[in-house]
Amino acid sequence: MNLTKHLAGVVIASTCLCVPALAQTKLTMWYHGAGNEVESRTLNQIVSDFNASQSDWAVTIESFPEKSYNDSVAAAALAGNLPDILDVDGPVMPNWAWAGYLQPLPIDESEFADFLPGTKGVWDGKLYSVGLWDAAVALFARQSTLDELGLRTPTLDKPWSREEFMAALDAAKASGKYEFALDLGMNDQAEWYSYAFSPFLQSFGGDIVDRSTYKTAEGALNGEAAQAFGKWWQSLFTGGYAPGTSEDPADQQTGFIDGKFAFQWNGNWRAVATMEAVDDVVFLPAPDFGAGNKIGAGSWQFGVSAKSKHPEGAAEFIKFAAQDKYLAAFSDGIGLIPPTPSAAKMTKNYKDGGPLAVFFDLSKAQALVRPVTPGYVVQAKVFTKALADIANGADVADTLDAAVDEIDADIESNGGYGHR
Amino acid sequence: MTSKLTLSNRTGWTFALPGLALIVTFIVLPFLFAIGLSLTNQRLLSPNATQFVASENYRQLLGLGVVTLEPERDDAGEVVRDEAGEIQYPRLREITRSEAYPQYRGMREWFRWQSGENVIVVIASDVVFMKALVNTFLFVLVVAPVQGGLALMLALLINQKLRGINIFRTIYFMPVVVSIVVVSLLWRFIYDGQNGLLNSILQGLTFGLFQPVDWLGNPSTALPAVMAMSIWQAVGFHMVIWLAGLQMISPTLYEAAAIEGASKWQTFRYVTWPGLRNTAVLVLVVITMQGFALFAQIDVMTNGGPLDSTQTLVFQAVERGYGKQDISGGSTISVILFAIVLAISLTQRWLTRER
Repeated sequence: MNLTKHLAGVVIASTCLCVPALAQTKLTMWYHGAGNEVESRTLNQIVSDFNASQSDWAVTIESFPEKSYNDSVAAAALAGNLPDILDVDGPVMPNWAWAGYLQPLPIDESEFADFLPGTKGVWDGKLYSVGLWDAAVALFARQSTLDELGLRTPTLDKPWSREEFMAALDAAKASGKYEFALDLGMNDQAEWYSYAFSPFLQSFGGDIVDRSTYKTAEGALNGEAAQAFGKWWQSLFTGGYAPGTSEDPADQQTGFIDGKFAFQWNGNWRAVATMEAVDDVVFLPAPDFGAGNKIGAGSWQFGVSAKSKHPEGAAEFIKFAAQDKYLAAFSDGIGLIPPTPSAAKMTKNYKDGGPLAVFFDLSKAQALVRPVTPGYVVQAKVFTKALADIANGADVADTLDAAVDEIDADIESNGGYGHR
Repeated sequence: MTSKLTLSNRTGWTFALPGLALIVTFIVLPFLFAIGLSLTNQRLLSPNATQFVASENYRQLLGLGVVTLEPERDDAGEVVRDEAGEIQYPRLREITRSEAYPQYRGMREWFRWQSGENVIVVIASDVVFMKALVNTFLFVLVVAPVQGGLALMLALLINQKLRGINIFRTIYFMPVVVSIVVVSLLWRFIYDGQNGLLNSILQGLTFGLFQPVDWLGNPSTALPAVMAMSIWQAVGFHMVIWLAGLQMISPTLYEAAAIEGASKWQTFRYVTWPGLRNTAVLVLVVITMQGFALFAQIDVMTNGGPLDSTQTLVFQAVERGYGKQDISGGSTISVILFAIVLAISLTQRWLTRER
């Protein structure tokens, strides 16, 4: 008797609780930015707006620390527990798509026609992911330094040539006012090397892998252009222009602000803090080493997991999140580049004449995504080690040849990574 | 007949069960998996089917070869020299990539030496692994005796009835309690090549004569720097074990030695040291195992660099298995490491057995 009463109570209670939930199908989403308050606040705002705006879907977010995010996804995929909406780093996306973690976005690409190219994750001819922002790298300098050393201010149309760039470093070094002429952030041996430094290699005319076939790195990473790049890269360290791999990690944050370096190769996410501390900071475009001036592109993006039962709901959310007002909110919050010109106009930093507008132009004009291949994850590791070794004095030709061998062996052992 | 171990010790087995179950689930089973994976080409994530490759992974890691390079000669048969008078040799890659030597395919130079006009080059399929192997052995060979010895000295120093001796014990033990990642980060600042604490102290002591050294950025000082820091970090732990051993020695033995008129050295040599036998075995085995598992310091401080001078086996296993998504390669390194540690532990036990 007592039991029946209990049961009835439970049934009634659960139906009451379920009424709103029955109407909205639950969607889960994983995000890499745990611990980043501004980012979380903006994203939570988008989610609650979305859940309130329609009655079909209810999104819930789980955040992970960035460092362990990729491992968590791999573990969840092996266990078959992937969420509906996945946050994915742009260059890693092909790896996940190839491994079967992601499905193509069920959204027409024309929806994102005016997005910066680096914010669209395309693999095998299909759009898999879309980013709410992009990032860019520039050469940080002080206008006063340029004036003092008598240097021409480079522009996007007329960037510094290799000779001008090296002359600038020589002048900074000869002035004796700086610990080093240039800071590259060499201690950060994670994604930074391939993101920040492979564009130098591309500007020389080489690449991490041969993008025409993605079957080999031979000729791209050890050809004449790459050898020239390697020798130049080594000269930055043997010539005492830049600190090496054992650099103090704090210097990438504050070294330029403290005046230890005349120039710093750094990302736009440091631009706001640097502007606050340095009145006359200027963000210069990458030098042109012969084959055009290039910077990296592609940041974190949203995609739909392969196992999701409700891809149309996930797509609804991604479309909703890609509205200009949210793109602008993210940009205002963390200083990243908004993907569309209309969103850029709504931001404090990227509107016409805004202090960071230059980054939007840089991204539009120079950006080149990292190699679009599932093998990128390994190739980035090999490239990073090769550059660190060359900086530490390893033989350039041997190191690049060895890197090519390792990349080729990896491509072969993965059956060509699905490139046709 | 049921043996005594299984029957009359039922309570003992019950007590051991929870721990045993955990060890089997989280150590024995994964290790058996590792042996299995090392015989396949399993990737961390890949749509391709896993294939059985037998000993291919082991061959990839352990393959070695020796090549003799003859100097390049011009048309007259004279040895070609560059401006500095150095003899010119053909590039090794011409051999390792040529169709004529399929057995050397993909191999790289490990080290070379001069023999008359020729050079002899030892090549390896995986040079980084070989360097990691050598570095790991070097690390253990230096750290085991030095750390064990220092810990014993500290234990002897603090094994006295002095006022406030607990303060010293706490100080020496402190680094053990702090997370190794935090310690590694701090030592990165201490070793900084520009204005690190170590360089500043050495410059102060030598009145500015000392030239700053980039401790972690220099291939010849990076591994010793990691060794020194590791010795400092864990010395307190082994000190406590020595201390426990010291306090087990009966005071009557010391009294007898004093009555016999033994000197301090004789007391140590004939009373203390024999009494510490079992402790010494334990300390040695523990340091050896910890030494072979060197990872966190490398991950935080050097990433294996500069120029592979601080690569270690465990760091390589992680880098390969997770970083490069080659889980079978990482497993293979773990299995090799297990075989090495097992062989060394057995040898140590045999050498230190009761005679």
